[in-house]
Order: sequence, then structure tokens, then C-alpha cells
Amino acid sequence: MKSDNIIEVENLTKIFGDFTAVNAITFTVKKGEIFGFLGANGAGKTTAMKMLIGISKPSSGKAIVAGFDVFSQTEDIKRNIGYMSQKFALYDDLTVKENINFFGGIYGLSKKQITEKRQQLVKELGLESIVNTLVGSLPLGWKQKISFSVSLLHEPKIVFLDEPTGGVDPITRRQFWEMIYQASNRGTTIFVTTHYMDEAEYCDRVSIMVDGKMEALDTPKKLKQQFEVDTMNDVFLKLARG
Amino acid sequence: MKQFLGFIKKEFYHIFRDRRSLFILFGMPIAQILLFGFAITNEINNVDIAVIDLSKDATTKEIIQKIAASKYFTINQFLDRDADIETAFQKGKIKAVLHFEKDFSRKLIKENNANLQIITDATDPNTANTVTNYITSILQNYQQEQNKDVQVSYQIIPQTRMVYNPELKSVYMFVPGVMTIILMLVSAMMTSISITREKELGTMEILLVSPLKPVLVIVGKVVPYIFLSVINAIVIVALSIFIFKMPVQGSLFLLGVESVLFIITSLALGILISTISSTQQTAMMISLIGLMLPTILLSGFIFPITSMPLPLQIISNIIPARWFIVILKGIMLKGVGLSFLWKETVILVVMAIFFLVLSVKKYKIRLA
Repeated sequence: MKSDNIIEVENLTKIFGDFTAVNAITFTVKKGEIFGFLGANGAGKTTAMKMLIGISKPSSGKAIVAGFDVFSQTEDIKRNIGYMSQKFALYDDLTVKENINFFGGIYGLSKKQITEKRQQLVKELGLESIVNTLVGSLPLGWKQKISFSVSLLHEPKIVFLDEPTGGVDPITRRQFWEMIYQASNRGTTIFVTTHYMDEAEYCDRVSIMVDGKMEALDTPKKLKQQFEVDTMNDVFLKLARG
Repeated sequence: MKQFLGFIKKEFYHIFRDRRSLFILFGMPIAQILLFGFAITNEINNVDIAVIDLSKDATTKEIIQKIAASKYFTINQFLDRDADIETAFQKGKIKAVLHFEKDFSRKLIKENNANLQIITDATDPNTANTVTNYITSILQNYQQEQNKDVQVSYQIIPQTRMVYNPELKSVYMFVPGVMTIILMLVSAMMTSISITREKELGTMEILLVSPLKPVLVIVGKVVPYIFLSVINAIVIVALSIFIFKMPVQGSLFLLGVESVLFIITSLALGILISTISSTQQTAMMISLIGLMLPTILLSGFIFPITSMPLPLQIISNIIPARWFIVILKGIMLKGVGLSFLWKETVILVVMAIFFLVLSVKKYKIRLA
């Protein structure tokens, strides 16, 4: 593994019965990079991501995440990555504070570490007034921000974001990407799937999956040049329509 | 371990902040036990009956007095004509009519044979049956008293004795049944709902991506319910001992161990249900229809297994509650120990292991 690659994937394949969900994809993600993982619904994004975060066993191929093998070292992978799903899954019937304490706890942080992290978070996000509020009563935008911060609690090397901006308004989306940039500046690698093509422009590099295969992988700028179009949207349309 | 404790703490937050689950956990057992104990009963007390006495002699008076004196019956009215019987029943107050024929006393002495008709309202067959039995036994009793001095060349006197529940209290029958149902409900339904809830909300995914081991996630979800089920079992036994004066003849320790065994079996079923259902509603429906109904109907709690058609008898064997009720009745009423209940215990152990292995397997398949 080259020292500046945090994810190395080679011919990774997942077959369900006689359906090939992910067909021999190969790519690398560099340390500290914001890596956009694009594809239409059903293109195999989620399946590929599940293999990388250690909750789905690949059928064949090779993949190293944060220095660990996805076949044999899933426990080590889990300790070194963060994950946020499109459902911003926090516990609605727990307060913000209790959620932070719980998720800090299952990642094995000490009480002292959790308290420090929590206070820091409260200050950064301005959560003073809602820290003891049940998460269920907060607006979606807040849930999303807190959910992202919680996925970073244990200072993972990479954070996987599965359609993190689904269902929120453009302003909140914008603010969220600022949080992503901040995390990236602190050295965290970001692996993000999205449907929004304007968000693809924010990524350092973008890959596009079509029918289980990885059809394109480059910087947004080069992809646009390569397909001779002006926006990532057009790149996507050209690829997806074949 | 610290991670695990944090997980359990979170689980208790869920339970104590949800009024519905709190009610099912603690309101239901108490309500059910009280309901079955006080309201739903097979015993009869102060049943209203009517009498048509066409002879009005000394014997009929004695018999009527004897029946009225028992705590089971109250003579509500005296009717004059047969035609009044129908109306009396239709009013719904009386459950039975005693009909003494003309010249009752004279026939009894002269012909050794007098007719007393018992007419019962069989819209409720159980009550009708019980009423008939009670009246018949009062009559027999009266006859024996009368014949005390008469020498009969030979006679058979059945000496009946109802053992283990001499007063035929129905609460003795209901407590084991209700306890079984409550433990099944709390353990299987509540766990399956709470696990599917995490799936539905997407938090299950987050937990599986965390370093927490998948098995620990499930164990963590289940442990609080083991704890609560044990508390429930204690509450039910305490209620039945102190309020209904139900004896526990056997060992309380064995009762505890067997209850935990049944709880684990039910939890395993709960986990199994959660692996095949993706929403809380599905989990609830499967638990109610797939577990609660058979538990109530086929466990021998209400309907005796021996009088079921053969196919149902066979099916009843795979219902854990059936064996647990036998164990409970054995320990509480008969006071027997493991030497008599080992067969049922072994069956429950095998079922617990089978369901646990099956659910772990299913759970793993889902992960892959």
C-alpha cells in the first residue's frame, strides 16, 4: 500500500445470486481527499460502500481501508472509520447530550474524552440551548450536523457519508459542506455519495458508477474536459445514458 | 464492558421514555392478573334461580331451603305455571329453574321415586353445566342425610377428593397461564419491536459499523428485557400469593430458574422475529398472531390439550408455553421438583438453544 493512499480497491466484486451488484471496481483514495462516489440509484454505490465499511463481505477482489483488509480485518476498519447514513440516524428519544455520550461510549472513548469532545462540539456548533433537548424535536438540519459531528467523535481517519444531504434545504446543504471542508482541513479523508451534481463539483475527485462498473474517475474539471461539457450534471447524464 | 453498559443504559432510556412500552411492561401484567383473578372465573356464586313448586309439601320446602342456604344459589322468585319459565329466562336474571312435580313427598315415600326437573339457561354452557352439577350434588347430599337410618343391603358411596386445588379456585388455573402469556409478550414481542425499531430508524446500521460486536448489539438489546421479565415474574407470583392466597408448594428457586429458561426461549423467538421483519408493525403482527394466539389457545391454558383434535394436539407440542405451564402448575400447585419436571425442562432447553442458534444464523445471513 502506497503511503499516501488510504483506500485501495482492486477488482472488488459483489454478487447476489446471479446479479452482479458491483462489478470489479478498482480505485484509490488519497489521504485527506474529498472523494465523491456518484451513481444513479441501483448503480451499486451503497453495496460498494457497505463492503468498504466492513458490514458486507465482498465476493471477490481486494480492498484495503485505512491499512486494513476488508476480508479479514473488519473490526480494525470499524475502529478507524466514521459513518453517517442518509437517515442521520441518532436516537430521537435521547437528548443531544445522551446521544453524544452513547456514541462516544460505543467507540470506546473514556468519560473524560467524551466530556471534552462534547463541550468542544457544543461550542463549535452553538448547541448550548439544545444540548438537553430530545433529538426528535430538532429540525432536520440540526440532526444532520449533530449526526456528522458524532461520526467524527472518535477522530476517524476516514469518514463515509451516505447521501448526507438528502432532504435538506440548499442553505443547510451549503453549511454542511463547510463542515465537510473543515473536517477535510483537519486531515480527515471524506468518502461521500451524493445525488446532487453541484455537490460533485465540491469534491477533489469524483467517481461515477453505472450498472455496477466504475465508468469514470478524475477531478471534476478533467471529467468535464474529457466529456466536453460544462457541468458535472452533463457528465453524469452522458455516462448514465451510455 | 464499559461500552456494553453504556448500551444497556441507552436501552433503559428507550423503555422508560416510551409510555406505551412502560404500560405494556408494567400495567398489563398487573391488570391481567387482577382481571383473571377477580372477574373471569369458572366458580359460581349467588346464582339466581327460580322455583316452581307444584306440591308445596315438607320435603320440597326442605330441599328449597337447603339450596337457598348454600352460598352458590339465591332463590330469586317462585313461579306458578310452566308457562312462566320462558319469560323468566328471557328476562335474563335467572340461570336455572327447579321444577318439583305434584305430590312430590307422597310419591317419594310411596313409590320411592319423585321427579325434580332442573332447567338451565345454556346460552353459557359452562355455567349451565356447573349449576346443574352443584344442584345435583346438593340433592345427593340431602338424600344421604335422609337415608342415614335406613338400612340398605349394599351401596356404593363415592368419596371424591379434589387434590391440589380442593376449592377449585379458578385463579389457581389462571395464574400460571397469565404468567406464561405476560412473559411471552414482554420477552418476545417487546424485544422484536425494539430491535426492528433500530432497523427502521437506521441506527442499527450505525451500530453495526461501530466497533461494537454484532452479537453484543443483540445481547445488549435483550438484557434489559430479561431483567424486566424477571421483575414481572416476581410481581405476578407476589400478587398471586398475597392477593389470591395461591400457595407455592414447590421451590421458589426452581420456579425462578424455570422462568428464566422460558424467558430466554421467548427472547430467542423475539430475536428470530426481528430478523425476518423490517418494520415495527410487522414485528408486532407476527408476535401477536404467530406467538400470542397459539400461546393462549394451544398451550392448555384455557382449553385442555387432551380434548383437542389430534392435529392440534401435535401442534401444541411445539409451543414452548405448553411445557412451561406444566412446569408452573407442577411447582406451584403440586410442589414437585425437577425429578418430575425434567422432561418439560429438557424440552424448553432444547427449544431455547434451537431458536437461539437459528436466530444467530439468520442474523448473520442478513449481515453478509
